[in-house]
Amino acid sequence: MHLAYPAVLSALLFCTGLYGVLARRNAILVLMSVELMLNAVNLNLVAFDAWLSRAALDTLHSGQALTLFTIAIAAAEIGIGLAIVLAVYRNRGTAHIDKLRDTAEGHEPDGPGGDAHGSDASAIPAAGEKAEATA
Amino acid sequence: MTLAATAAGLVPGTAHLAAESRGFLSPTGVEIAFLLVGLVTLGAAVVTVTTRQLVHAALWLVVALGGLAVEYLLLTAEFIAWVQVLIYVGSVVVLLLFGLMLTRAPIGPSPDADSGNRWAALAVAVASAAALVWVVVDAFRATWMDLEGAPSGTTEVTGASLFQHWVLPFEALSVLLLAALVGAIVLSRKAKAASRAGAGAREGAPSPAGASPAGTAGEPTQPDTESPADKEGDR
Repeated sequence: MHLAYPAVLSALLFCTGLYGVLARRNAILVLMSVELMLNAVNLNLVAFDAWLSRAALDTLHSGQALTLFTIAIAAAEIGIGLAIVLAVYRNRGTAHIDKLRDTAEGHEPDGPGGDAHGSDASAIPAAGEKAEATA
Repeated sequence: MTLAATAAGLVPGTAHLAAESRGFLSPTGVEIAFLLVGLVTLGAAVVTVTTRQLVHAALWLVVALGGLAVEYLLLTAEFIAWVQVLIYVGSVVVLLLFGLMLTRAPIGPSPDADSGNRWAALAVAVASAAALVWVVVDAFRATWMDLEGAPSGTTEVTGASLFQHWVLPFEALSVLLLAALVGAIVLSRKAKAASRAGAGAREGAPSPAGASPAGTAGEPTQPDTESPADKEGDR
């Protein structure tokens, strides 16, 4: 098989995931796009392992071992990421990453376009949570 | 040590493979199957990142990841294909669906799934796709994989190489998984303790909570008295 087939598919999948990470607003959809990018890298690793284990007699099977490690790390990452998203949802009532701008530079604490309507109400719980986070 | 062996083995291998008369115009059956499954996978991935229904995105992700498992099978990486089916299709997508339902994702189409910088994201993605595909096709124009003979990714071969050469990273990875497990539990426990104390404030949090500003100001301060003890208990 020509090596360009899996390499091109992997590049296209990676860019699809890149678009999803940049364009999505829900944090769980962003996590799905990150999974797509990780899978593109896995496809590359498997393809190059299938090439190099014959062409260069690579007996370590490093591509497949790294793929297994990447899958395990991705499973850990998705668990931690979902725990963080659920904690944010419980604290803020939203999982939209556009509205989580408390640590952003160059913005007011409540962004001009995002949630200016609830600025008075959300400022007080946000201050309470900041005090809780620093305690 | 493997780099030297790779560099020594690559040049004659590539020259030998390129010398054989194979081209794009006479694809083999494996290549045609790879192309068709790849088209399905890519289409499912594109639908995953563009659909406005959140649950449909997770279900199309199943199609994309399953297609990738078939691609692994075509690349003779049998064990990784089944690991992909078990871990990704079996558990990661289920976790994502649970996350979607716990964050009360709407079942119907949600018009605000895409943010305002969609066109900038599309430009970045298309530019990087063009650059990557150009570089990859240019670099591996005359490179063929040899998939004949004994498969290189059976469970026996993968297990032998994993437990002969990769034992130490394997054990470190198990420690990392344990740390991730404990971390996820700690994250959700803290949030649960905080939400139990401030349940009244949480219920009004998505809607404007200006009805009782004194209550929302007073109740989140209660976990402050609990959280230091909680943190010390964790350590």
